Amino acid sequence: MSMKTSDEDFQHRLTKELENTFMRGAVSSAQERFQTRRLKQAEELGHWEEWRSHGEEIRKHVLANLDYYLYQLSENVSKRGGHVYFAQTAKEATDYIQRIAKKKNATKIVKSKSMVTEEINLNAALQQLGCEVIETDLGEYILQVDDHEPPSHIVVPALHKNKEQIRDVFKEKQGYEKTEKPEELALYVREKLRNEYLTADIGITGCNFAIAESGSITLVTNEGNADLVTALPKTQITVMGMERIVPTFEEMEVLVGLLTRSAVGQKLTSYITTLTGIRDEGDTDGPEEFHLVIVDNGRSDILGSEFQPILQCIRCAACVNVCPVYRHIGGHTYGSIYSGPVGIILSPLLGGYDDFKELPYASTLCGACTDACPVKIPLHQLILRHRQVIVENEGKAPISEKLLMKAFGLGASSPTLYKMATKMASPAMYPFTKDHKISNGPGPLKAWTEARDFPAPNKDRFRDWFKHHEKGGEE
Amino acid sequence: MAGSIQNRDLFLSKIAQKLGHAPKTELTRPTWQYQPQDRVLKGATKDELVEVLVNQCQYIDTEILKTNTANLSDALQKVVENYGGHSVITWKDERFQSYGLSSLMTEQWPQANIQLYEWDSAQPEENIRQAEKANIGITISEITLAESGTAVLFSSKDKGRSVSFLPENSIILIPKSTIVPRMTQAARFISEKIRNGEQIASCINFITGPSNSADIEMIPVIGVHGPIKATYIVIEDR
Repeated sequence: MSMKTSDEDFQHRLTKELENTFMRGAVSSAQERFQTRRLKQAEELGHWEEWRSHGEEIRKHVLANLDYYLYQLSENVSKRGGHVYFAQTAKEATDYIQRIAKKKNATKIVKSKSMVTEEINLNAALQQLGCEVIETDLGEYILQVDDHEPPSHIVVPALHKNKEQIRDVFKEKQGYEKTEKPEELALYVREKLRNEYLTADIGITGCNFAIAESGSITLVTNEGNADLVTALPKTQITVMGMERIVPTFEEMEVLVGLLTRSAVGQKLTSYITTLTGIRDEGDTDGPEEFHLVIVDNGRSDILGSEFQPILQCIRCAACVNVCPVYRHIGGHTYGSIYSGPVGIILSPLLGGYDDFKELPYASTLCGACTDACPVKIPLHQLILRHRQVIVENEGKAPISEKLLMKAFGLGASSPTLYKMATKMASPAMYPFTKDHKISNGPGPLKAWTEARDFPAPNKDRFRDWFKHHEKGGEE
Repeated sequence: MAGSIQNRDLFLSKIAQKLGHAPKTELTRPTWQYQPQDRVLKGATKDELVEVLVNQCQYIDTEILKTNTANLSDALQKVVENYGGHSVITWKDERFQSYGLSSLMTEQWPQANIQLYEWDSAQPEENIRQAEKANIGITISEITLAESGTAVLFSSKDKGRSVSFLPENSIILIPKSTIVPRMTQAARFISEKIRNGEQIASCINFITGPSNSADIEMIPVIGVHGPIKATYIVIEDR
């Protein structure tokens, strides 16, 4: 899989995804759960704005001095016996990793979840050599078994699938005979993958944060798969986007806390592991050989440009989880491994405007993403800037925003939905209504009604009123 | 032996050029404008931190119990029995003896037909084989983070990584003296070691409860690749 996940054009993808009712239900309930958990953790931690500012200053400082920190990182990796390869392009990275696989006569490779390896299409390059490549993150494993279906969410790749579909995939492809219960499905994968870890020649990981002062890499998971991928095979290859680095353990700690809270609403995930170089003398697990591949692949062109803040991203997907457009269209519509607001900004920068020029229009510019971002990336402003660049280059927008909003089902565009919503709104708002005004509204109305009253949906709805009056009150 | 570094100069000079400066190989440590981390659990006593830890364990699917050296052996035996006994793997670590566990491990367990394997740096393959088939792995936390309920483990030749990953059940002993407010203190401790020129462990694990996943319909499942169950035993006089 490369950046681009579909050959269909944007409108076809959109039409298809809007019909996927399970996906749409799953996405909206997931968004709600993610948001509730994230907000609860932020509140419990306290001083959240200050934490965000600290996250932002760390990321900005690192980007402004990126050459220094990468220099320091590579020196320290080398001191601990690791090899560092700087790859300007995706091809340089995959060529290098292919060379290692050949040298090791590798036939089986286990991987933990990594967006950058998807971006450089690493699995295909390794399969070309005849290697079996096994994804070990539960969600990614499911997608891989299902004929390499693309991920629809940065953190929960198989979010669009229900358990019955997953059961059927395992049944059809591997003869799975048990039920759709998540525990049984997970246990099945546990048993299946345990032997793979033990017999793999190479383990490949991504990198949440490299630590310059020690040459360490930090891996964040709940499943513990990255630990098995790095503890058992004799050779470890870690692939990192060049911006995924912090000065010291102290900044790593701050960003990991922001990441786990923002991504999954946990104080910390079950496994946070820092790995430094090869195994120590006398160690009997951990890699005997370690390669760190640092990938540019278009990132340096973002540096120094007005889009530089997107490189602050720590891949938590909080922006995805609050986006009203993602909620309606799901991850696959973006046609990129990176979906949601971060995907809108990153995909055209790393994959070119040609394939992704509609994406900046898949946004209401409401700014919810910007408010949710733990490292304060001005996401909606960067989306708007993309639109300006596209119009400057092409003379016109590639797609009608108004039509898109209509397709997303946002606003009062769908008569049936609108009718239902306003009919329901009246009774649903009743408990909050006083003198035809909502003064203590739930959910998104809360912030609004704290400062002012929101007019209650009229029992005599406008469309009914209009119908009534259009016919001269003859009904 | 030092590893190789390839293609660095060109790669870094491109970055420096985009940033508009000459490539840097020196930089003074920045002072940050914000430092919110010191406010968390500020001034909490060790006893209060123990309570924070105990409370946090209910959110991370982890059993926790408090005991002291005199009663540790009995407490550990109960947890091991509860997990079905059978086979235990431990690090090679003198602390087990100093915590008064020798007679439990070397006399009681063999009598009860519970097999004990101690990590042995001279037997690389046997270590993994034993860790893979052991029912229970026992390790010791070096630093314990109250806020998140996290045990920090440092690998070494006698403290294999696999002891905490491969067995189905994980028991982590937590000397009370190791408890700190949060990850901030652990990170500072490790950073200071690095600044003093000390070599840090090749694998540092921050472990917070058992392995889990919500990848299927966001429904939490406990025990995916690593342990399915976890128990912390706080040793209050250590």
